[in-house]
Amino acid sequence: MEMVNIKLNGKPLQVKAGTSILKAALTDEIKIPALCAHDDLDAWAACGLCVCKVEGSPKMVRACATEVVEGQNYITHDPELQEIRTTVLEMILSNHPQECLTCGRSNTCELQSLAGDFGIREIPYEMDIKDIEADKSTPSIVLDPRKCVSCGRCALVCQQLQNVWALEFLERGHKTRIAPAGGVLLNESPCIKCGQCSAHCPVGAIYEKDETRKFLAAVRDESKHVSVQIAPAVRVALGEAFGMEPGTLVTGKIYAALRKLGADSVFDTNFSADLTIMEEGSELVHRIKNGGILPQITSCCPAWTDYMEKYANDMIPHFSTAKSPMMMQGVMTKTYYADQIGTKAKDIYTVAIMPCTAKKYEITRDDNMWASGEQDMDLVLTTRELARMIKAAGICFDCLEEEDADSPIGAYSGAGTIFGVTGGVMEAAVRTAYKLVTDNELEDLNVHAVRGMAGVRKGVVDFAGTDIKVAVAHGMAHVEEILNEVREAKAKGEEPPYHFIEVMACRGGCIAGGGQPYNTNDTVRAQRVAGLYNDDEKSVTRRSHDNPEIAKIYKDFLGAPMSHKSHELLHTKYQERPIYSK
Amino acid sequence: MQTTEEYKITDALAAFVEEWKDKPGNLIMILHKTQEEYGFIPRTIAIELGRMLDVPLAKIYGVITFYHFFKLEKPGKNQIAVCMGTACYLKGGEDLIKELENLLSIGVNSTTEDGQFSLEAVRCIGCCGLAPVLTVNGEVYGKLSTDDLPAVVAKYTE
Ligand code: SF4
Ligand code: SF4
Ligand code: SF4
Ligand code: FES
Ligand code: FES
Repeated sequence: MEMVNIKLNGKPLQVKAGTSILKAALTDEIKIPALCAHDDLDAWAACGLCVCKVEGSPKMVRACATEVVEGQNYITHDPELQEIRTTVLEMILSNHPQECLTCGRSNTCELQSLAGDFGIREIPYEMDIKDIEADKSTPSIVLDPRKCVSCGRCALVCQQLQNVWALEFLERGHKTRIAPAGGVLLNESPCIKCGQCSAHCPVGAIYEKDETRKFLAAVRDESKHVSVQIAPAVRVALGEAFGMEPGTLVTGKIYAALRKLGADSVFDTNFSADLTIMEEGSELVHRIKNGGILPQITSCCPAWTDYMEKYANDMIPHFSTAKSPMMMQGVMTKTYYADQIGTKAKDIYTVAIMPCTAKKYEITRDDNMWASGEQDMDLVLTTRELARMIKAAGICFDCLEEEDADSPIGAYSGAGTIFGVTGGVMEAAVRTAYKLVTDNELEDLNVHAVRGMAGVRKGVVDFAGTDIKVAVAHGMAHVEEILNEVREAKAKGEEPPYHFIEVMACRGGCIAGGGQPYNTNDTVRAQRVAGLYNDDEKSVTRRSHDNPEIAKIYKDFLGAPMSHKSHELLHTKYQERPIYSK
Repeated sequence: MQTTEEYKITDALAAFVEEWKDKPGNLIMILHKTQEEYGFIPRTIAIELGRMLDVPLAKIYGVITFYHFFKLEKPGKNQIAVCMGTACYLKGGEDLIKELENLLSIGVNSTTEDGQFSLEAVRCIGCCGLAPVLTVNGEVYGKLSTDDLPAVVAKYTE
């Protein structure tokens, strides 16, 4: 690897060639203020806060977009730079509503922190705030363009990482705003509700819809049994909101916190992840054995499902009809569990804590989401919303004693927990499908072929002499590559290139979902991924079909995977949707 | 007004797209041609162009809204342009716009439901001595106050 020798404020430093000044400085714990740069994205150099000096040159450079040059001495901080940066901040603030108290990003806003650090006390420029109404049309996120600082992150995320193109900068000069094309609302645009824009926006211009009050109202309603489930990815991220390292496993504390918040029963989406594997794995084996349509494609990510229905609906016959774990958990709570506690679906209020904003959309996406006769899932709260509720309730999260989930739909296997990471659904499915196909157990449960962070991963798993070809994509922009291979093979009348494809909309999978704690980058992703693999390793059972509560639910209630009852409750269908609904 | 009228790609436009399809800078050229054909850029045509060129609609709108030249609304039969140049701005150009928005019940850059009037704000038109100024179909009206506006509008009302 080629290295270059530079100096930072006179101190020699060696960094990789091609590193930006901003990142080079970080390797030496020097933080240059930056508002538009983000590790996930190419530098757009929009905000101007990161200006630095190059010794011997009269020009100032933007540290985020300038690569280090051998031998140069960069001045990252001095009183003059401080003054320039203060001015830049004051100018940004003169176009920014001063509404911190009621803002979705209060306490976590990057602009607020900078204003605090720089001690801005007044704004010496005329205030000029855009007069645009907030777009609350989607069930998932709110777009408030008045607060936009034109950093460009959301547009880059939506266009480059997600390939959705819901957002673009419209107009120019001081009228520039971020919006969907053609005067439509976000919900009428191609937006797939992944919330990645909200996770990357440095300010409160895009944020998740806060629905915590609905939870509080349900808990106060004596006639309701409030049943909460938590998704795999939440347990390795929530701790961050309480100062813990990313990846810290806090499952037992979350169960405890939910009970303190008033939940009557606490379950785990991981149980239904195991259930999903039983259904989806059986569906796959059925397709393989009976000459069904291959490859089968996963459907548990609602943002991906929405994308497919809009942009790739030729793939509908390939989609697994199995519902997502969250939806399965909802319907099992309102049927199987309701029976057990002698109550009715309408008297149970189901809540899911999810890393994801698209899940807020999923619960009403079509009429199959009412399989119990009632709305199967009543409410979805993101990890960020749960963190706020815990804080508002004055709970000391750190002090909580770990508790267990409730029975009979709360136990999970290691296969269920890795649903939260890219490749995890595939790995879990392989562990069970192997058994279904060969009647033997897979020896090495760690399916290395599908692990890792490459945007597309392809592999072959040996099912006792039969090669099962699999592919994994994450980050919506990576999916077309695989779909095109499938399309090409189809057009040429060739064998399908894969048996099974897993897709998750978010880079890294749900551990980096749009509803997770802020400041996610690849380092944080790796820590959260490690947290889930660790949870898998230390699980007593690591295969979905070994989960005793799974065996029981089939024996007592569902019959067998793909049974008539399973089809009615646990499976769904897909439809073509226009890219622009207006 | 959201245009509900259906628009079809004209033969001239189709031929133009074919010719420019693979050339650099084609989007702007094609959008120019589109405006020439229809007098503005109908949304249905923008969607169709996106398909033909394999360009997301968001990108097309990024371009259309960046250049003031492009119009998103079908121009009204009578086009009112209020000057927002410095002189006119200082002498109350903005009040004229507000009053016209009231009178016509539309916002800037839009067209009345009956297609009779469209309203836009323009840069200095070179009659600063008469500020504040507006034009209707190119005809200049100067030294206006908001009280004069009903009469101006009435002159063009059928
Ligand atoms: S939620 Fe996802 S698809 Fe929708 S605007 Fe944001 S990044 Fe784009
Ligand atoms: S909405 Fe947020 S992420 Fe998007 S450009 Fe504005 S400030 Fe940046
Ligand atoms: S990858 Fe996970 S977090 Fe992201 S949209 Fe899909 S389900 Fe939601
Ligand atoms: S961080 Fe470099 S210009 Fe914004
Ligand atoms: S400023 Fe209005 S005509 Fe010049």
